[in-house]
Amino acid sequence: MVERDLVIVGGGPAGMAAAISAHENGVKDILLLERDQYLGGILNQCVHTGFGVEYFKEVLTGPEYAERFIKKIKEIPEIEVSLKTFVVNLATDKSLTYLLPGKMETLRAKTLIMATGCREKTREMAHIAGTRPAGIFSAGLAQKLINVEGLLPGNKVVIVGSGDIGLIMARRFTLEGAKVKGVIEIENVSSGLVRNVVQCVEDFNIPFYLRHKITRIYGRDRVEKVDVVQVDEKGTEITDSKFEIECDTVLISVGLIPENELIEMAGIVLDEKTNSPVTDEVNKTSIPGLFVCGNSFKVYDIVDTVTRDSLEAGRLAAEYLL
Amino acid sequence: MSKKYDVIIIGGGVVGSAIARELSRHKIEVALFEKEEELAFGVSKSNSGIIHPGTQNPASSLKGKLCVKGNRLTRKIARELELDFKEVGELIVAFSEEELFRLGELKSEAEKLGVPRLKIVGHKWLEKNEPNLNRKAKAALFAPTAGIISPYRLVYGLSENAQKNGVEIHTSAKAVEIDGERGAFEVFTTDGLFESKYIINAAGLFADDVAEMAGVDTFRIKARKGEEFLLDKKWEDLTRHLLFPLPSEKTKGILVIRTADGNPMIGPTAKEIEDKRDLATTDEGFKEVLSGAQKLVPGINGSDIIAYFAGLRPASGDDFIVREEKEVPGFINVAGIQSPGLTAAPAIALMVVGILKKSGLLLKKKKVFQKHRPKKMHLFAIPPSETKKLIKKNAAYGDIVCRCEMVSKGEVSEAIASGARTLDGIKFRTRAQAGRCHGSFCTTRLMKILSEKTEKPLTEITKRGEGSEIIKKDRCDG
Ligand SMILES: Cc1cc2nc3c(=O)[nH]c(=O)nc-3n(C[C@H](O)[C@H](O)[C@H](O)COP(=O)(O)OP(=O)(O)OC[C@H]3O[C@@H](n4cnc5c(N)ncnc54)[C@H](O)[C@@H]3O)c2cc1C
Repeated sequence: MVERDLVIVGGGPAGMAAAISAHENGVKDILLLERDQYLGGILNQCVHTGFGVEYFKEVLTGPEYAERFIKKIKEIPEIEVSLKTFVVNLATDKSLTYLLPGKMETLRAKTLIMATGCREKTREMAHIAGTRPAGIFSAGLAQKLINVEGLLPGNKVVIVGSGDIGLIMARRFTLEGAKVKGVIEIENVSSGLVRNVVQCVEDFNIPFYLRHKITRIYGRDRVEKVDVVQVDEKGTEITDSKFEIECDTVLISVGLIPENELIEMAGIVLDEKTNSPVTDEVNKTSIPGLFVCGNSFKVYDIVDTVTRDSLEAGRLAAEYLL
Repeated sequence: MSKKYDVIIIGGGVVGSAIARELSRHKIEVALFEKEEELAFGVSKSNSGIIHPGTQNPASSLKGKLCVKGNRLTRKIARELELDFKEVGELIVAFSEEELFRLGELKSEAEKLGVPRLKIVGHKWLEKNEPNLNRKAKAALFAPTAGIISPYRLVYGLSENAQKNGVEIHTSAKAVEIDGERGAFEVFTTDGLFESKYIINAAGLFADDVAEMAGVDTFRIKARKGEEFLLDKKWEDLTRHLLFPLPSEKTKGILVIRTADGNPMIGPTAKEIEDKRDLATTDEGFKEVLSGAQKLVPGINGSDIIAYFAGLRPASGDDFIVREEKEVPGFINVAGIQSPGLTAAPAIALMVVGILKKSGLLLKKKKVFQKHRPKKMHLFAIPPSETKKLIKKNAAYGDIVCRCEMVSKGEVSEAIASGARTLDGIKFRTRAQAGRCHGSFCTTRLMKILSEKTEKPLTEITKRGEGSEIIKKDRCDG
């Protein structure tokens, strides 16, 4: 079986930082696998600003932040990038199998860094009853449709949950001329950054319903309306507080989960609640030489700290290898 | 001039499709009309996917007889159409002495119907062969012939094969008016006017409306809602068999189901409702299903549920209606096909052929009937060695579109080539969007592939047909 010194799975900010840092720390053979058609991961659809304040001491957009790393990666010949490459299997001995158009390969990594990011929780995980028409999107999918594809997925929008992507999409939809009819949050504070609450919701006078939840979605072909109720601090519905909001779109922004199905396949135990690898040390796992960094290690608030910890993952990998 | 057929089938669910394939063995002109944009978008898309052995029907019932026969026929059909039928067996579980007694009754009733190899198994057997079953289970009726199949892929297999053998399939073609009589019916549809000698009404929930168009007013269809909840695929091995409680008068109860796609499923509820379009799931349904399923398998956890849906059983009294109407000769009703309709469909199809013959339609077998359908490739279902070969032959099978279920562009293109026109149609055929992330990552890519292959703008791509467009406005379009 072909052996490579360091394989990194995932070409978002975490995987790119890890690759650059591993190289800086002396690793000469690095293979970076990315399933998408470009590097940068989720940053590519985050066209708003607010990235890099800590790391670059500058205010950048997501694509700008990504571009700085992509440029660096391209300048390092020891980093081989393979795009449209999808890892399907990972074994305990760090051998992995991946597919790409026209090919299926298996190789063994002496050191492996997993930087596969996270996915959004779904409407199903929030157990919202009702129908399943068109018009229900994860906030991230809506963001991709608008920012990358130039497609507006809705005109009258209700946002469930007040995670950062949800808040940012409240502003985005408003700027696109759609009407955001409310952000519904079950807790009594937003789970997003304060600056996003202010700049994306309050500044646009979008109704923000704290201690409320959506109990039902209506509509056969397309979303028509939702039921909203007020809840107490235990999450119990308050009688007679129910009201309806007419809308054609429901965005779900109820949190993120690390994507760790591959390391689970290799036998690494995941925390039942958070889906992060169970470990005491940042980036390390129960398999020597297998590191996890970025949002697949844990859900970070901002990309600057992802970069910081992923640089460390690259250093750890170099230390293990050399 | 309108096109003339020997037989028109109204309704493209499992029943209409099974009839279409059976008729396509004969030298006659057949057309099938479906009001939705694709086949299998009615009752046949949302059910438990169980090929029942016939253990829960009275020995005297038509549905019982057709179920036992259908169970036998489905195996052959699955082989011919390369479908994923698995004989997993079912256990009807008893928890008390009284229930134990009823198991015996069920067994003898089922044996009268001809259900083979039934056996009552005790506590010890259950502990060994169904480790996650509630330890309080006393005994169970074991029916080894129960199986599972993907309900939509069964419909697509049957209908594609029927089409291959000459049946014309019209989608987005709703029958709205019927005139004439045997030998010269006129069927007005949203896709034009067509004539035929015979009409088969397999319109599921709306079979009463279609019958009324022909002047038949002998039955009404009531909808009985069933809510079902799917667990994450990592629980694939939760149970080895299908698990049933003892059935009540009206329903089979809350089951723990294995599915062809691997995700275990729990449900269904059974509640009569007024609105035949009401496919909403409810909080009450969720509670009922979870507690019912936990009675059988206490380890089931509500947080492992990744998807849910509701289906409507089209019921007219307690039994199936399969008959030529006396008042309107040549008009054959296949109605009230509630559970076990998925199982019984191939047997219903044979019965319909018999009725047509008796009514005077000349049915001569074709010399060549292509009974086989080439296997559809699904990466998730083949070993790595085969994947490698497949990708070598066609690069697109290495281009992964749906990451949760590992579906490639090759599979998506194949699905579109065989008739998928909507995102749901792609999902049912390939499983793309059916996994943990519910299409968050692959929806845009799927829309683009669909748009490219069908030459439709992105704004016209729908979830399941007109009215369910995904996009409201293309900004690049001004
Ligand atoms: C929750 C649930 C669980 C079930 N589980 C099982 C099971 O495990 N095993 C089993 O054997 N059975 C099961 N069933 C029963 C089974 O699903 C049905 O018996 C079967 O799918 C009925 O098929 P059909 O073709 O008659 O109906 P449908 O699939 O509804 O087909 C009828 C078609 O007719 C079309 N149509 C209606 N009106 C018109 C018109 N005017 N013009 C043109 N087209 C029209 C509709 O759009 C529809 O596509 C279950 C049912 C439910 C609801």
